[in-house]
This record gives sequence, C-alpha cells and structure tokens, in this order.
Amino acid sequence: MKKFAKLFILVVFASWLSVVQAFAIAPGEALDDPVLESRARELSGILRCLVCQNQSIDDSDAPLARDLRLLVRERLVAGDTNQEILTYLVARYGEFVLLKPSFAWHTMVLWFGAPFAFLLGLFGVYRSYKSRIRNATITSSGLSDIEQEKLRKILEQD
Amino acid sequence: MIAELGHFALVLAFAIAIAQTVLSFWGARALDVRLMDMGRTAAVTQFLFFGMGFAFLTMAYVGSDFSVKNVWENSHSTQPLLYKFTSVWGNHEGSMLLWVVILSLFGALVAVFGNNVPASLRALVVSVQGLITSVFALFLLITSNPFIRLDPAPIEGQDLNPILQDLGLAIHPPMLYLGYVGFSVAFSFAIAALIDGRIDAAWARWVRPWTLIAWIFLTLGIAMGSYWAYYELGWGGWWFWDPVENASFMPWLAGTALLHSAIVMEKRDALKVWTILLAILTFSLSLLGAFLVRSGILTSVHSFASDPERGLFILMILFGFIGGALTLFAWRGPQLSQGGLFQPISREGALVFNNLFISAATIAVLTGTLYPLALEAINGSKISVGAPFFNITFGPLMVPLLIAIPFGPLMTWKRGDLLAVAQRLMFVFGLVIVVTIAFVAFHDGGPVLAPIGIGLSVWLIAGSMVDLWERSKLGKVPIGTSVARLTGLPRSVWGTTFGHMGMGVALLGIVYVSAFEIETVLVMKPGETTQIAGFDVKYNGIREESGPNYSQAIGTFVISIDGQQRTILEPAKRIYQARQVPTTEAARYGSPSELYISIGDFQKDKGIVVRIYYKPLIQFIWIGCIFMAFGGAISLTDRRLRVGAPKRARAKRAVAG
Repeated sequence: MKKFAKLFILVVFASWLSVVQAFAIAPGEALDDPVLESRARELSGILRCLVCQNQSIDDSDAPLARDLRLLVRERLVAGDTNQEILTYLVARYGEFVLLKPSFAWHTMVLWFGAPFAFLLGLFGVYRSYKSRIRNATITSSGLSDIEQEKLRKILEQD
Repeated sequence: MIAELGHFALVLAFAIAIAQTVLSFWGARALDVRLMDMGRTAAVTQFLFFGMGFAFLTMAYVGSDFSVKNVWENSHSTQPLLYKFTSVWGNHEGSMLLWVVILSLFGALVAVFGNNVPASLRALVVSVQGLITSVFALFLLITSNPFIRLDPAPIEGQDLNPILQDLGLAIHPPMLYLGYVGFSVAFSFAIAALIDGRIDAAWARWVRPWTLIAWIFLTLGIAMGSYWAYYELGWGGWWFWDPVENASFMPWLAGTALLHSAIVMEKRDALKVWTILLAILTFSLSLLGAFLVRSGILTSVHSFASDPERGLFILMILFGFIGGALTLFAWRGPQLSQGGLFQPISREGALVFNNLFISAATIAVLTGTLYPLALEAINGSKISVGAPFFNITFGPLMVPLLIAIPFGPLMTWKRGDLLAVAQRLMFVFGLVIVVTIAFVAFHDGGPVLAPIGIGLSVWLIAGSMVDLWERSKLGKVPIGTSVARLTGLPRSVWGTTFGHMGMGVALLGIVYVSAFEIETVLVMKPGETTQIAGFDVKYNGIREESGPNYSQAIGTFVISIDGQQRTILEPAKRIYQARQVPTTEAARYGSPSELYISIGDFQKDKGIVVRIYYKPLIQFIWIGCIFMAFGGAISLTDRRLRVGAPKRARAKRAVAG
C-alpha cells in the first residue's frame, strides 16, 4: 500500500511537472502559481501580438509579444481580474490588441452577420419551398419537344 | 531581347483575347459557325502567346538577367535552379502573369474539349472567358508589367524572399491559382446561361467537371499552404484564420456548396437559380481573394490609399464583374423556370441543408475578413479579428453540417425517410458511442469537448462508408459478387465516400492536435536532455554550415525512446545573405504524430532556446485533404461527367451490337 501511495505521489508530481512544461512561452516567464499561470495563458491566447500578422502573443517570438506576456503576468500578480487586464491593455494599445473583438455596437454586424445570414437563408428556403408547391401545376421546363426528346436520350444513357 | 519578346507576346495575347471575346459573342448571337470557330482558335492562340510570355520571363529568371527589374528584385545568381524557376511567381508581377496564363489555359481547354456543349453556349462561355482574361491582361500590362528594364543593369539581384525559397511554396501558388481561376469556367457558364436565357439539367452536367477540377486543385493548394506554414514558420501552427488564408478558404467553401447544388440540378432539375447564383458568387470570392492579396489592402487600409493604382484597378475589375454578373442575374434569373418538386426530407433537402450551412459559414468568414477593413475605412478604428472569433462563429455552423453528412447520401431523391436512414446508421452510432466512452475511459485529461470531437470524426469516417457497405451487400452475397458490385458502382459514389471520409480524417487530426498537443520552450546547453511525450531529446550542440545562398546554424538533437535511439533531428536557423533575413527550418520525426523541434535565439554559455512540440495525429489534417481531393478526382472519372463521354459510349455499343 505504501508503495502504491509513493507511486501515486510520483505520478501526480510528474503529471504536474509536465503541465508546467507545456508552455509555448520563452523560458523563465512562467509564474510559479499554476492558477495565475493558467489565467495568463488563457489571456495570452486572445491578445494580439501588435507587430505580427494575426498571431497571439502566446504564439509569437517577437520581443513585443514577450513584453506583453510579462505585462499580463505582472498585472495578474498585482491582483487584477482578467477583465481589468483586458481593459487596461485596450486603454493602452486600442482594441487592436484583442484577437476576439469586443461585443459592442460597432461590432454588431461582425458578430451577428453570419447568424443573420443563416436565418435569412432559412427563410428563403422556406419561401421558395412554399412558392414551389404553389406553382407546381404550372411548371414547364421551357424546352421544345425536340429538345425534350434529346434531353431524354442523354439522360437515358447512364 | 527576351524581355521585349515577352512583353510583345503579352500585348499580342491581350489583343487576341479581345478578338476572342468579340468574335465568340457575335458568333453565338448570330449562330455563325465560322465566327464561333474563330473565337475558339483565338482562345487557343492567346493561351499560346501568354504561355510564351511566361516562358520568356522564366528564361530571364533562369539566366539571371538582372537588367529586367522584376528579375533583379526577386532573384539572385546564387539561387539553386529550382528557386530561380519558382521566383517567377514569387512576386506580384509574376504571380499576376501566372494568374492570367491559367485563366487563358482554362479558356483554351473549354474551346478545345467542350465538344458536348451546344456550340452557341460554348461560344458564349469562350467569350466570357476571353473577357475575364483580357481585363486581367490589361491590369498586368498597365500596372504590373514584369518586363520593365533597368538601365544600367545591376550586377546582382536582391534575392527572393527567403521564406518563399522552399519546395512547398514552389508548388502552392500554381495549385491555388488553378483552383481560384478554375472557378472562372463555372462563372462563364453561368453568365452564358443567363445570356442564353435557358438552363436545364444538362447545364449542370457540363459545368460539374470544371468545378470539380478547380475544387480539387484548390483543396490541394490550401492543404499545401497549411502544411508549408506548419513546417516553415517554426512554431507549428497550421491554420491562422489570416485574411490571406481566408481569401482562399471562402472560394473553397462556396465551391463545395456549388458542387453539391449542381448535383441536385443535374439529377432533379431543381435549384437552378440558386446554382447559377452560386457559380457567380464562387468566382466572385476568387476575385475578392485576388483583390485582398494583390492590392496590399491587408497590410493597411492607409497604405492601400497611398498607392492605390493596382488596388483600384482590381477593385474596378471586382465591381465590374460581380456587379455586372449580379445585374444580369437579377434581370434574367427570375425568367429561369423552376425545377422539380421535392419534400424537405429528401436527398435534395439534405443538399439544401448543406448549402444553407456552408453559405452561412462562408459569410462568417467573409464578415470576419472584411469587417475590420470596412470599419477602419469608415471611422479609422482598428480592430483585430482572430482565431477566437472564427471558432465562435464558424464552428457552430460546421457542427450540424458534419453531423448531417452521413445522412445525405443515404437519403432517396424526392421523398426520403429520415427514420429509415437513421436505422441504417444505428450501427455507426453505436460505434461512435463505444469509441467515445472508451476514449474517455482510457485517455486522461484534455478538454471536455475532445471526446465529442473524436466521436464526430468516427461518425463521419464510418458513416461515409455505410452507403458502400450496403451497396456491396458484403456478408449477404459471396465475396466475389460483393467486389463486382463495388467495382460496378458509379464512380461518383466512390468519390462521395472518399470526400466525406476525408472530412472525417481531417477533423480527427484537427481535434486531436488541438486538444492534446504538448509544447515546451526551454534553454538547452550541449549535452542536456529533456523529456516530452515519451521521447528523450538530447541536445548535442551546434555547427555552422553554408548553403548556396545562405549560411546556417544546425542544432543536433538525438531522439530516443526508453534509451533506444530513434533518430537524429537537425533543426536549423538560416540567414540568407542577400536580404539578411533569418528563417527557421524545423525538424520533425514520426508519422502520423510528429515530434517537432525548432531552434531560436542563442543565449549566454552556449545555451540555445529550443521549442519542442509533440503534435499527435497532425498529419491526418493533410491526409484528410488528400482524401477529399482524391474523392474529387474519382468523381471526375465518372462516365457521366467525362467530357464527350456519351458519344464514345454510344460508338462502343454500336460496335458491340
């Protein structure tokens, strides 16, 4: 039993170690507190490296990204909430820093464009289905009899 | 001389393209066979001349003729021969020339191989194709002439951007362009049908092979680009939702929808108006992609405004073609007759479902790509739209679609029975449950959604095979009969199966690598060892080497498992002399899961920053794409789609009888 307990502790410890290792950030940046560090990682994933093309500061090698990563961690240690940190960064760098745009009036079209298009499409499908049933009796393919015959022959060849 | 000949060839080709446009159109309207034939000859001739122009530019590159400005800007005498070739399209002017060459290639192909299409329709298609080509040729000649000379000629060139000096990127643009530009044929067919004012099921059959060809190349091109980004950019990302990527992804999505709606049109004579619209929109998205990438608007709206010549020209092309096509559509579209009737629960219904979700997903990508540009143009405020946005808006639209995929091919036309189809999928559903539970039980950790994503992949892969399985009657009839049944199936059934399976395979890779990748960044000194995902990675040190046009520092890493050496990985950092630009060359081991190492900055005391990733099942992403393209290729060989096939089949039968 004691052996098992030892093994257990070892496994837990090892898995914790592997978690600590799983950072895409440069060595020496990670915080000692795993809870704060995981929050830092979460924030880094949605903050843009301002000088890169569409990279988060988590993924980027650029010196600026490193500065931002350290800044985020500084604020975390100082006790800021995630939202406070985002607000602080937006105040300092503008909304450009957020990879996930804020949810506000000026981004309504952005956020609701696709859902709206989807509903519109759904409505369109419904409308065309209804009108199709209504017009079912008066449809014609607009082909002459000779063309109809040709088409029939082509289709029969499968 | 070469540059002048090339320039002259382009001008000549431009003039012939105009002749092609006018003669074909005139011939089609007057039903004059001679004019239509002249149009076809013009289509082939202009391709030859554009091809000649391209060949002359290539000669200038291979011969390192730095008196040509374009060659001087993007080439270097010490480049390996391969990259002298690929430098031709590794820059704005050259890639626009490639774009035009491929456009004219497709025009020539329609002119030569479109034998089963009625002559007047074909002439209209050739005419529209000629119009597109000539407009882009004009753009090339006015704003992006690759043959401008320098006097005096510089001694040495400025070299190609080092991250483009790579085999993957050598193949990527031609593939992508064959896809982008290939959709122009569907567009031309749509315009021709609108001008003609008639459209029927046969139209869809003529268009489908062209759409398939474009789709196959675009699929491979996007996959190639993703793979290139993965191994070349040094941090193991494979998709960034970058505007440039989105520019190629949107036509792919629309093209996928088009392939599916064209099936309904071909088989059931329904969805005609929608299919025409989709054909127009797909190529419009290709044009939009060209505008986004080639106008420089992506780097900044302001830099676009400060040097607007090229951007404005493409914008005019964009508005001209899209506006013109949509106007024509609005005018003629309502006159097109409605097609066959179907119940909401049916194969047609399933394909409408597909189109609805893919279109909405396309719009999600479109708004995410254009909105920041629009906002900045309107009030100057800059926002970023990155991966988190697309995961939220694009993802939820994909999930119902992926769930529905196995249902589609099992539905009957006109009126389907959802319950019966669900019963036929019961076995697969059971399999999904078992796999998901087994996964949760045996695989610790990872995000909560991972097992669900893996279950969905299994659902797609196994569900796609149900149709084949049932049609083969495997187990119910002798094996030989089953095999005969399978080989006797229409190729398009096989194509569907592979296409849908490929989607499942790619999804499996995406889910797996997103959920379970392991990354570590650390400073290593020679002799040190680190562990990751069961591998022991030992750093042995660094050595300097020089290549043809770069010098590099190569790190040596010994990879072993349980003390047994598996391989030696040698990631490198290169500095290209001409531009003094560094690139990373990652080294990778394993398949389909990869160990990925790239090296970063040097530290004090011989230390070096090392990034090591373990990417489980990552290769499935690209293998899935290859499956999809393969499925497309099989469909293309379907007898019904083969260009000119009906005639040959009839001849054979006559001989046999």
